[in-house]
Amino acid sequence: MTSLFEEVPRAEDDAVPVRTVSVTVNGERRTVKVEPRLLLAHMIRHGLKLTGTHTGCDTSNCGACTVLLDGRPVKSCTMLAVQADGHEVTTVEGLAGQSELHPVQEGFKDEHGLQCGFCTPGMMLTAKALLDENPDPTEDEVRWALSGNLCRCTGYQNIVKSVLWAAKKQRAAAGETGAGE
Amino acid sequence: MYPSRFGYESPRALDEAIELLSRGQGEAKILAGGQSLIPMLKLRFASPEMLVDINNLPGLSHLTVDPDGSLRVGALCRHAQLERAAALAGPFPTIAAAAPLVADPIVRNRGTLVGSICHADPQGDWAAVAIALGASVVAQGPSGRRRIPVADFVSGPFQNVLAYDEVAVEVVFPAAAGTAAGGYLKLERRVGDFATAGVAVGLERSGAVVTRAGMALTGVGGATIDASEAAQALVGGELTADRIARAADGAAAAAKPRGDHRGSAAYKRHIVHTFVTRILTRVADDVERAA
Repeated sequence: MTSLFEEVPRAEDDAVPVRTVSVTVNGERRTVKVEPRLLLAHMIRHGLKLTGTHTGCDTSNCGACTVLLDGRPVKSCTMLAVQADGHEVTTVEGLAGQSELHPVQEGFKDEHGLQCGFCTPGMMLTAKALLDENPDPTEDEVRWALSGNLCRCTGYQNIVKSVLWAAKKQRAAAGETGAGE
Repeated sequence: MYPSRFGYESPRALDEAIELLSRGQGEAKILAGGQSLIPMLKLRFASPEMLVDINNLPGLSHLTVDPDGSLRVGALCRHAQLERAAALAGPFPTIAAAAPLVADPIVRNRGTLVGSICHADPQGDWAAVAIALGASVVAQGPSGRRRIPVADFVSGPFQNVLAYDEVAVEVVFPAAAGTAAGGYLKLERRVGDFATAGVAVGLERSGAVVTRAGMALTGVGGATIDASEAAQALVGGELTADRIARAADGAAAAAKPRGDHRGSAAYKRHIVHTFVTRILTRVADDVERAA
């Protein structure tokens, strides 16, 4: 001992377990090292700095943190980052193209589908997944699909209108290009 | 909120998963859909040393009807798969009625029926459905497979009879002899809230005569309540108003609700009575229309 104080190195069994995971986020393959207890929402927000994904309740109730996992909505606060290994994640940042907004984003703008905007990323991703599967939903089907996403401002009226607007716009665009025939 | 620290393995074969659970000596926990476990980890109600993630195991996502008509639901079959399976409405009307009522649409994309039954939350929908239909859990451990009726599988609130080195690989719902009938109703304050009360009824009928009846109750006791004894009032005859009333009275008496912010005990008992009556009246109407 050369001094009056020396820190003892950390014991091996105290070591933090770390896993390397590869996730395709908004079309780009990202390889990260994470501790297994890291939640997907925190990896996206704090690790990848994609802060469009909001964490609202953090208890799996509100749906604000919704992202698409292989195209299907999931609550990113209720999934471990390690579980996304090998999967595709789409966040709100992945909705718009290079120069144009996604029809769902346009719909929310046009029909005033937001007030404070906190729930909006989750709402839009759930709406996108709905329209990918059902391009011509009824109002009831829209309300049903969005029933896991809570909004405390709008009373949902304009959110539902926004999604129906986007559906119409997408169908019109598909008709123009002859797609979907 | 962060869970406390845990080890994590994602085996690619069932044997490997069982081996990890054996080595865990009860300190390892299976992670499937995670829609109950992960919130519990975050609240630190659960702090296992090791999570064995079974999401990468092959051959567990099935939702299959066997040649004998029984339905096998694999450990990785998500609620959404059941919700979308339109073909279930005929042979398994109770399952078809319950699937869209589980949690909320986002949770249904991830959560599993088998996981819900293993979690054994008294508020869980699937345990009630499984008990009403006489379903069994198929568990695999180091020494092979065994079948456990769900009524015996759930041993208390958040408790099941699995050994620590067993994996619930599937739940099997037997085929109805004759025509299947029944339903599931649940009262919740908003989508995704825990049930104020729920009722599952599974019937088999030959013409208008009920030949088998099962019933179970969600959220009105310390565990899922098997009310099949009350349902025996229905067996051996047609669904008359008198038989329906006796079954509803019996179910309300079997419920052991506690008053809380979702309603008083008397109110919950009343809901059980109303739901049993509604499900059975609807079945009686269908039978009459079909005749």
